[in-house]
Amino acid sequence: MTKQQANWSPYDNSGGSCVAIAGADYCVIAADTRMSTGYNILTREYSKICKLADKCVMASSGFQADVKALQKQLAARHLIYQHQHNKQMSCPAMAQLLSNTLYYKRFFPYYSFNVLGGLDNEGKGCVFTYDAVGSYEKVGYSSQGSGSTLITPFLDNQLKSPSPLLLPAQDAVTPLGEAEAIDLIKTVFASASERDIYTGDKIEIVVVNADGIRREYMELRKD
Amino acid sequence: MFRNQYDTDVTTWSPAGRLFQVEYAMEAVKQGSAAIGLRSKTHVVLGCVNKANSELSSHQKKIFKVDDHIGVAIAGLTADGRVLSRYMRNECINYNFTYESPLPVGRLVVQLADKAQVCTQRSWKRPYGVGLLVAGLDESGAHLYYNCPSGNYFEYQAFAIGSRSQAAKTYLERRFENFTDSSRDDLVKDAITAIRETLQGETLKSSICTIAVVGIGEPFHILDQGTVQQIIDTFEIAAEQEGPAAEPDAAEQSAAAADQGGSTDEGVAPMDI
Repeated sequence: MTKQQANWSPYDNSGGSCVAIAGADYCVIAADTRMSTGYNILTREYSKICKLADKCVMASSGFQADVKALQKQLAARHLIYQHQHNKQMSCPAMAQLLSNTLYYKRFFPYYSFNVLGGLDNEGKGCVFTYDAVGSYEKVGYSSQGSGSTLITPFLDNQLKSPSPLLLPAQDAVTPLGEAEAIDLIKTVFASASERDIYTGDKIEIVVVNADGIRREYMELRKD
Repeated sequence: MFRNQYDTDVTTWSPAGRLFQVEYAMEAVKQGSAAIGLRSKTHVVLGCVNKANSELSSHQKKIFKVDDHIGVAIAGLTADGRVLSRYMRNECINYNFTYESPLPVGRLVVQLADKAQVCTQRSWKRPYGVGLLVAGLDESGAHLYYNCPSGNYFEYQAFAIGSRSQAAKTYLERRFENFTDSSRDDLVKDAITAIRETLQGETLKSSICTIAVVGIGEPFHILDQGTVQQIIDTFEIAAEQEGPAAEPDAAEQSAAAADQGGSTDEGVAPMDI
């Protein structure tokens, strides 16, 4: 009498990687644009990045159907916030909202691994990283998705994140300039796409700074 | 005198076939401060007179953004208006979530009207005491609707509600045939002029009126006080000087007057929330 296994799963992994790096007055959020299922590619041009508020951008890898549903939820909640408060949500506020939204579905989770990036109320860059059920932490940089195991060690080496146990408390944001951070992102994705089959095609890079939000792209290996 | 017998309940008909409670609710709309709306083929403008309880208090908020393509101006019990705006905002958000497209104005006003009708047929409820001028854009163009407490709604080219609205209505009736092809700026000027009619002698300042615009390529937004004051100044001055030759001078002078107008009005800042 063997236990009956499910013959169908509500989830699927669309693959892909996301990265975000916080700077003194900017934040860079990047993700590749490949969407896969199993060993096949569904499309080479799918955006995993969503602008939630004026100074707040989210990149999510995992199951893109759940990601899309999550993005829509947050967008609707943000509209309600704007009607009630007459202003945009700040990045830390959105971070808490995302955490609550994810935990709300604790027993049928959004299969979505998120990285939230933007500027906080003082204009400093901030990055928040999440697991699928809403546990989150403010960090100086983060990576999620299929390539994260390849990307994170590289970022650890380059960005020297200090231990939060150290005293005196050190700033998590990198002293790197905006252009250098973007360059680092491009290097990191180029390396990840060499060995991770789910990462490739194109990177979408979004930069949030005092001037607003801008977007750029870079080609990656198509194989 | 007679009416008092049949006006206790909203669910009681009078022998003449009237529901007095509903009519009293419409009376409440007439007591509120004026709100006007006008539309062209591509734009809709809403305007209202801001009443403040005293010089110390802030102005009542009477124009609400419902969505990027819909806005509403209210007259009557502003608390009821606030609650209905919240309902409208929710409906727009939910529709957009489900259909990934903006809620057509025509649908929204029907939902609003049905909601108002419910309150005319329940003994434990009372009708909403607010009239709403709903301005919106959809695939079929620009629309202006009036929703009343009775649950009826009508579409208008231009309309005015609230106290002393008859003066504005007279002005609009004279001019409405030109509105369809009016430019956006002319429409705004007409709205401000219509508001001035309701003030009947009182000086028109940007601190006592609010103007909002929605149009093709222009999401619904409330014009800021400085802009409104500038427009007011252009036609106050054009009225004083005679002839079109005055226009270039009017533009110069209005800039100077706007600075003065702006600084005196700074003290009376409306609360946005």
